[in-house]
Amino acid sequence: MRTLNIAIRYTIVTTILLGIVYPLVVTGLAQLLMRDKANGQLIVRDGQVVGSALIGQGFTSPRYFHSRPSAAGNGYDATSSGGSNLAQSNQALVTRIDGDVAAWQKINPGQPVPIGLVTTSASGLDPDLSPADALYQVPMIAAARHLPEATVRSLVESHIQGRQFGFLGEPRVNVLELNLALDDLQEK
Amino acid sequence: MTANGWLQFVVYFIVLLVCIRPLGIYMARLFNGELHFLRPIENLIYRASGVRTDEEMNWREYAGAMLIFSFVSLVLTYLIERLQHVLPWNPQHLPAVGALLAWNTAASFTTNTNWQAYSNDVTMSYFTQMAGLAYHNFFSAAVGIAVAIALVRGIARRESKTIGNFWVDATRTCLYILVPLCIVFALALVSQGVIQNLHPYTIAHTPEHQTQTIAQGPVASQEVIKELGTNGGGFFSANSSHPFENPTPFSNFIEMFLIFLIGGALTVTLGRMTGSPGHGWAVFACMSILFAAGFAACYWAESQPNPALHHVAQQTSSLQAGGNMEGKETRFGIAHSALFATITTDASCGAVNSMHDSFTPLGGMIPLINIMLGEIIFGGVGSGLYGMLIYVVLSVFIAGLMVGRTPEYLGKKIESYDVKMTMLYVLIFPLVILTLTAVSVLSHAGLSSLANNGPHGFTEILYAYVSTAGNNGSAFAGLNANTPWYNVSTGFNVLVGRFLMMIPMLALAGNLARKKSIPPSPGTFPVNTPLFTILLTGVILIVGALTFFPALSLGPILEHLLLQHGTLFS
Repeated sequence: MRTLNIAIRYTIVTTILLGIVYPLVVTGLAQLLMRDKANGQLIVRDGQVVGSALIGQGFTSPRYFHSRPSAAGNGYDATSSGGSNLAQSNQALVTRIDGDVAAWQKINPGQPVPIGLVTTSASGLDPDLSPADALYQVPMIAAARHLPEATVRSLVESHIQGRQFGFLGEPRVNVLELNLALDDLQEK
Repeated sequence: MTANGWLQFVVYFIVLLVCIRPLGIYMARLFNGELHFLRPIENLIYRASGVRTDEEMNWREYAGAMLIFSFVSLVLTYLIERLQHVLPWNPQHLPAVGALLAWNTAASFTTNTNWQAYSNDVTMSYFTQMAGLAYHNFFSAAVGIAVAIALVRGIARRESKTIGNFWVDATRTCLYILVPLCIVFALALVSQGVIQNLHPYTIAHTPEHQTQTIAQGPVASQEVIKELGTNGGGFFSANSSHPFENPTPFSNFIEMFLIFLIGGALTVTLGRMTGSPGHGWAVFACMSILFAAGFAACYWAESQPNPALHHVAQQTSSLQAGGNMEGKETRFGIAHSALFATITTDASCGAVNSMHDSFTPLGGMIPLINIMLGEIIFGGVGSGLYGMLIYVVLSVFIAGLMVGRTPEYLGKKIESYDVKMTMLYVLIFPLVILTLTAVSVLSHAGLSSLANNGPHGFTEILYAYVSTAGNNGSAFAGLNANTPWYNVSTGFNVLVGRFLMMIPMLALAGNLARKKSIPPSPGTFPVNTPLFTILLTGVILIVGALTFFPALSLGPILEHLLLQHGTLFS
């Protein structure tokens, strides 16, 4: 009984310290020192939040670079993150990819589609494309916006983020930032 | 596979190697009672809860305190989940969690498993995440470390009835190790973009005139203890693949580092506290060999193209990672995904930054094997060390049989009671896994949850029980685990995998502490040599292979062979 008494009191005391005080201290420090990052790096245009630099969005118009396919809800649902969880041996995966490949090859006949552009990410909210995924879409964007391909291509190249510190992770392009830059380009 | 991928592995390993020694020595001093700089906070906790710090416990008292505390904190978390609609910090006005799911989640977080049968983006309030779930991230880690330290004391002490005081060990673990590291690394994660706020969800209006609801929350404070305590329960469903939990390759590096940090350092602590630093390094070497082998196999498998795809560029180039990108994030590519998957299952963490269910058959088999071996490759904090010590005792016993002498381990004779406890630990694990898997594949309740058919479906079920019994918590997430059958059976499994294995462990600790120490003789098998490392590695692989190879051949191995011949399952 004495142990039970200790256990109950101990659980309450430590819940207050580690379950409430600790996260509030970290929240306070983070808000004080790095408010923008602690709040999700929201991008504001004309006084309105257009998205987060970290959370991918689905794009459907040929005027915008498309993100990777997404298994989060109905696509890029940021309250329902997750992957497709389809196995490589699942017919449904192969059928889905074959369909996406056929659609992309209508735009770039005969050119194999980069793997990133036809696979869903783990979170369903991948904010990035690989450089190959982005460059593959240049002809589509250039045609829809009546821009020279070279202009769009150099915009993509200027948005490639290299490996962090030169060796960590993979090179990538942030889709939302790239698309906002596209809009800016034409407003000028 | 690329040279840059291997470079990232090598840098990771070197950073780990450099950091574990100082932390391991610090922990040895802490548990020998030499550090007191946080005395005022310690005393506050002891006084408020009525703990007598001068009281040493025998193994039964230690196990009793551990079990009762785990039970009480489990009940409190259950109540918080059930009452979250009337508790503070619930800006999304989420309703109370259902009874079966609340039970499963409370059990799973209490046992360091963090199996999550729910979609947590819209299930748990901020208060539940902080006071219910992140709380257990601290204490399930502290309990694991306390039990491991009790075992180390059992080895180190001579003719002693007691193995320490549970309350003091758990409190000191939290205050001196976990909390300071968490505050520092939580801020490091925020600097990379991990969010930390109590705001309601943000509504964004996208360039294509759609709306997107962006989840918010106190993520960094939970993320850091989730990795450091090898808990693995994500703030969001997508876990460490979610950009708000793991936004950059460097945040990924930090998270992988935190998962192995304490497990690695405990090998140093083992060497220090038992007065045989060489033994600690021999154990570390065995872990490192198995870690490198697992990464190499997983990295190779995930770099392979899917033979069923056509007109897709799957090869690696300077413009893309290539390989199997289904269920992987662009910023991590293949190398960081395979490395994270290996680390999270070597340890009992279970966080994921890629979806294991979509791995290649052989790539997905590596996480499965890692957990099947008992998560002793650095392992869960504490549980990895005591799980490894079980294999050490087994190796010493086998070596003793080979030379025909009574086996000794660091001056303690290993006798029949010790070997019985060891074998109990080794056998309980496959018993529950294989039984529950067999029941599931034979029942409608088990099969109706599958997302993939054929041998992969079998692997999904096997993985669920391996992961919960191993207190890992990662999943082949296609399996719909939020059903009555899986909530009850996996909830049962996590308790068996935790407590039925800790009790023989503490019994062994108590029995070893009681024994006399005998000086080493020419017939003693030394436990600090490369020969010992090789023997230990062999015993681990043989025990693991004998136990689980039949199940693996029905799942991933069969799936691999069929896929290479173009067989798909609908």
